[in-house]
Amino acid sequence: MAVNSVVIALVVSGVFFMAVSAIAMLRFPDFYTRSHAMGKADTLGLVLLMAGLGIYSWELSSLKLLFVMVFIMIANPTATHAIVKAALKSGLPIWTRKEAGSDGREGI
Amino acid sequence: MSSFFLAITVCVVLLTLVILYRVAVGKTVFDRIIAGNMVGTNGIVLLLLVGILFNRMDMFIDIAIAYALLNFIFVIAVAKYFDHRKAEKS
Repeated sequence: MAVNSVVIALVVSGVFFMAVSAIAMLRFPDFYTRSHAMGKADTLGLVLLMAGLGIYSWELSSLKLLFVMVFIMIANPTATHAIVKAALKSGLPIWTRKEAGSDGREGI
Repeated sequence: MSSFFLAITVCVVLLTLVILYRVAVGKTVFDRIIAGNMVGTNGIVLLLLVGILFNRMDMFIDIAIAYALLNFIFVIAVAKYFDHRKAEKS
């Protein structure tokens, strides 16, 4: 029973972080702030959820799941870095609170 | 336990729909790219959850690995494409 509670805790926290990054994709005003959501919160949510699944199905295939987890932990931030560098170099304007409205609602 | 994973799968599908809104609306091209990347990572999770539900885990893990690799390559390729090209202000 303890294993199931560990699995439930991991999976629920994973889904929580993915929900956080999904909401951040909507509410953040600018591309650069949104890429924070993708690079960090989504990766953490993914890794937690996969850890829960790996523990639940405790067989040889969870070794491959461990590989996917490590790969995602390396690949996702790298992809975010690459795309943000490309956006910066191709001249995407950076959102600042001064140019936005008083509450900073209209983003880019 | 499997009904718990079914509920989690429904939650992840709803999150993906939320992100698809950003893919549709995304003001700049780059928003669409990172939103697409996030849909991809949610896709990996969905694959694994479906693997758990059908308890054919070893097959779905291979698909998830391939999809994770492809998703990463996609973003790197698009980033390299935009590196030298001046993005017009959309």
